[in-house]
Amino acid sequence: MSNDTTTATADAGTPLRDAVPGTALLEVEGLTKHFPIYGGFPVKRRVGAVQAVDGIDLAVHEGESFGLVGESGCGKSTTGRLLTRLLEPTGGRITYNGQDITHAGRKQLAPIRSEIQMIFQDPYSSLNPRQTVGSIIGGPMEINGMNPPGGREMRVRELLETVGLNPEHYNRFPHEFSGGQRQRIGVARALALEPKLIVADEPVSALDVSIQAQVVNLLQNLQRELGIAFLFIAHDLAVVRHFSQRVAVMYLGKIVEVGDRDSIYNRPRHPYTHALLSAVPEATVTAARDGEGRERIRLAGDVPSPINPPSGCRFRTRCWKAQDRCAKEEPPLIRLGGNREGHLTACHFPEEPTTAAREEDVILDPALLAAEKGTGAGSAGPVGKVDR
Amino acid sequence: MTTLTKTEDSPAPTGADPFLSVRDLYVRFSTEDGIVKAVDGLSFDLERGRTLGIVGESGSGKSVTNLAVLGLHNPKSTTISGEILLDGQELTGAREKTLERLRGNKMAMIFQDPLTALSPYYTVGRQIAEPFVKHTGASKREGRLRAVEMLGKVGIPQPQTRVDDYPHQFSGGMRQRAMIAMSLVCNPSLLIADEPTTALDVTVQAQILDLLKDLQQEFGSAIILITHDLGVVANTADDILVMYAGRAVERGSVKEVLQSPRHPYTWGLLGSMPRLSGDVEQPLKPIPGTPPSLLNPPPGCPFHPRCAYTGEVGGDRCSSERPVLPEGRGGACHLTAERKQSIFIEDIQPALG
Repeated sequence: MSNDTTTATADAGTPLRDAVPGTALLEVEGLTKHFPIYGGFPVKRRVGAVQAVDGIDLAVHEGESFGLVGESGCGKSTTGRLLTRLLEPTGGRITYNGQDITHAGRKQLAPIRSEIQMIFQDPYSSLNPRQTVGSIIGGPMEINGMNPPGGREMRVRELLETVGLNPEHYNRFPHEFSGGQRQRIGVARALALEPKLIVADEPVSALDVSIQAQVVNLLQNLQRELGIAFLFIAHDLAVVRHFSQRVAVMYLGKIVEVGDRDSIYNRPRHPYTHALLSAVPEATVTAARDGEGRERIRLAGDVPSPINPPSGCRFRTRCWKAQDRCAKEEPPLIRLGGNREGHLTACHFPEEPTTAAREEDVILDPALLAAEKGTGAGSAGPVGKVDR
Repeated sequence: MTTLTKTEDSPAPTGADPFLSVRDLYVRFSTEDGIVKAVDGLSFDLERGRTLGIVGESGSGKSVTNLAVLGLHNPKSTTISGEILLDGQELTGAREKTLERLRGNKMAMIFQDPLTALSPYYTVGRQIAEPFVKHTGASKREGRLRAVEMLGKVGIPQPQTRVDDYPHQFSGGMRQRAMIAMSLVCNPSLLIADEPTTALDVTVQAQILDLLKDLQQEFGSAIILITHDLGVVANTADDILVMYAGRAVERGSVKEVLQSPRHPYTWGLLGSMPRLSGDVEQPLKPIPGTPPSLLNPPPGCPFHPRCAYTGEVGGDRCSSERPVLPEGRGGACHLTAERKQSIFIEDIQPALG
């Protein structure tokens, strides 16, 4: 994986944010996590494995926000947990600041844990209901023996102010706060140890739209002002686009495409990235109604089971370009001709780098195709295509 | 709600009776803490073959409204007043037996989470056939055949064998398809879809929404689509009703509401949504504060504590006088129409990108 992120040309407005210093804070090579499945009677044996994460490479640079998108079950949360070493990897290598932490023990991890913090998805279950806000946010400092000048309480009050809460709420309990406020408490807790990297696992997906924007803006300000690197895990492509300078798209335990924001959202090459982008509903009338501007791709079915993933390219079972080669040969994650540096795609038959509307919609869903043909949507070309 | 687009000159839609008409609906729950005013004077119309998108945050009363239409509230703790007319039939005071005859037959519902809405104990086919057998008096065998037919229609592969599967053998998207099959089994004229795609992935969401749209063309049902996602509505609905704190704050056709919204809350919703085409350097514009408690909603306009434009109205009108939502296209706000338009064009639209 290339360490270079040449995005300065794309987003010329803020060279400071996009021209990320080249040093990789966290590097991952061939990271794998298989959860064993046991079965059988009377003696339980290992009968298989859920291949949640299967050989991914990525690098998060200092002060950048790296987005990880994908559908549920694609392994993005597992990746987050592996990076924070809440889970033990089955294989591969995780390097933090030059130090190999793949199988590091508790003692070795302790100093690193304070530099890598996590924000969880559900603000209702990630805060201890029996602790006050003060002890929730002050807890990490106590455990790590940190004594900031002015005392811990003073620092907690500062943090509460940083995340936009009233410092007077120091002695309140989580149930006295709304969902958005609780998520702010979670953010304050992650900030307490002045981390260099925050792994945010779907930090805003449990919140209402108007509150979601508040938390996204808060995280963005923190990232800019404190220079914290983020690994931002989410399924909402628009939120990730807004927050991350580089984005990786995951499918069934593999990264299928990675690149800077502009490459992924405007010049995607992998069919899955195309399908994902075309599925996002946009709140604009012109784009939604006339079908102009954006392509329309409707995949069939759901993501296959990670217990027994398809051979070769894992997306081939839902791909409209799949050929024999896709089943036999796994496509490597490489830079395709015409792509920017750092934009890597794992596909044998990549798409054109545009998200503009196609001449024919790609519709693989049989019911949808039947319904649209029936209602006079025009004659269908080759299987799974509907004329515009 | 076709009347909406034409009502510029005739404010009261008196001519043709709409298929579903809700007038001054109030739903109140009595709880230990007091009375929750979940729906507070809501009116809307819906015509056959049209889709109404009801948009709002959690707790805005969108689901409660539709449970009231179906008569699914617990009568012991709920007070419902107002008028719900389905094809001329009054539903608010209707007897349970009358409602039972309508539910699953003339009106049906698609729930948000198909795993909790389907019973794990019965096969999918049996659950789909149940309303059909009950309402049409068909035999079990005919019911099964009908279930197979419906499963095929919603795109389940090999419906003849999958009909005997249990819900846990289906994936999330297939379960939602089975739910849709169940709700359409009696050709309902009114279909209420309560966040039908919130629990699904985007690629599956797109399949399901397109399928709903296509099935509507085939069956000609009226659909109420409840969602918090303006994007979903933009794609699927004909008309939009924006709800806040149990009240309708804006309504109009999709085009009108998305292109020239007339309520500060709608502006806030549009501004707080990141878009695929938006400018990434522009920070999102969240609505400050949090939605109010419905135990004690703010007086006057319920949105005034979070509204940035109360100063422009003058006096304390916003906090004392309840703004009226005009019939047809409009927003429930004290700002003058011209002022709203100029605020939207100057302040809001540029930020939307």
